[in-house]
Amino acid sequence: MNGPHDLGGQHGLGPVAPELNEPYFHGDWEKRALGVTLSCGAFGAWTIDESRHARENIPPATYLSASYYEIWIRALETLLQRHGFVSGEELAEGRMLEKGAAPKRVLKADMVPAVLAKGGPCDRPVEAAPRFSAGAHVRTRNFNPTTHTRLPRYARDKVGVVETVQGSFVFPDDNAHGKGESPQWVYTVVFDGGEIWGEGAAPGLTVSIDAWESYLEPV
Amino acid sequence: MSHDHDHDDHHHHDNHFSPMEARVRALETILTEKGLIDPKAIDVIVETYETKIGPRNGARVVAKAWAEPDFADWLKRDATAAIASLGYTGRQGEHMRAVFNDGETHNLVVCTLCSCYPWSVLGLPPVWYKAPPYRSRAVIDPRGVLSEFGVTLPEDQKIRVWDSTAELRYLVVPQRPEGTEGLDQEALADLVTRDAMIGTGLALMPKARP
Repeated sequence: MNGPHDLGGQHGLGPVAPELNEPYFHGDWEKRALGVTLSCGAFGAWTIDESRHARENIPPATYLSASYYEIWIRALETLLQRHGFVSGEELAEGRMLEKGAAPKRVLKADMVPAVLAKGGPCDRPVEAAPRFSAGAHVRTRNFNPTTHTRLPRYARDKVGVVETVQGSFVFPDDNAHGKGESPQWVYTVVFDGGEIWGEGAAPGLTVSIDAWESYLEPV
Repeated sequence: MSHDHDHDDHHHHDNHFSPMEARVRALETILTEKGLIDPKAIDVIVETYETKIGPRNGARVVAKAWAEPDFADWLKRDATAAIASLGYTGRQGEHMRAVFNDGETHNLVVCTLCSCYPWSVLGLPPVWYKAPPYRSRAVIDPRGVLSEFGVTLPEDQKIRVWDSTAELRYLVVPQRPEGTEGLDQEALADLVTRDAMIGTGLALMPKARP
């Protein structure tokens, strides 16, 4: 979707303002926000792609003014309601009113080290050979789905070169919407700055994205 | 910042906390009452990312690559396996790639679409990495972004920006500074900052060590 998250190339958002000796957390609530988000992810009720799409669906004015942990919490509330774990009434009242859905798994303290160490690998085998090989010229598709995609707007309808065939991975555009993992080959595609930004592009700039095969067409 | 004026927010009864403190506290309370989360698990998650998984992991990877050409080759070919050999694996480091700076090209990593970041080697991302200014400008004005980190590259050095749009996570291996021939790997790792491994910084000179 062409949401507020798709930020590459936007102007007017201000200086980067790195913080010297930045702490990992700015306040205890951020610690709890991290832990609650990871704990609920462990339910196994939704995928990382669905959770990213929930964040993208936060209204633009809210998204752009929220800290990232706030974005996480707002999206988590959406996911918990969508999957029946928590109701809007419960969120409004701040207490349990009914039992709600049961998850496949509840993350207990003693499970945490193994769960974090395992992570969530999303490489999957595909039977077909890769359509493109390193050195191939490709054009990214020009589309504007209202659903989840990982092809940024700035990199649509652009000609680049396949640098590396990176393997085959879960396809987020399907997986975010419960349509299955539909794995595809993923390629690192490199674009000249001028191809993307046109006149006035920074000299000597190249930009790469990691693109699923269906984002690409041969040139 | 009174809650009573924030109609989008919950928990108007909770007057002692900021809106987000109250919101997260309420959510944790509901989930705990339902037996859906274990508050002690949250403590373990936080402790892990405060004390065990941080940029020192990545710095050790870089130092080893500087010191051992065979390891550098392995890191180039199969970063996931090479990094795992040091014990750094897991969440948001499942599929690693290492990209090497040289005199010709400087590498810079961003996630324009969200906040993808190699947690297993760098820990949790800093706020600026996840915020709109960096995500919007890294791909179009990298030199402007670098200047805000106090970094000025030679004019003829090319810049390659890696937008982490898939599940590959990128670690930048900065150039080894001059005058570090006699240093062991732990001393070399002291020169490798988090920002140098994102590409918004350079490795420290030995004299500049803290």
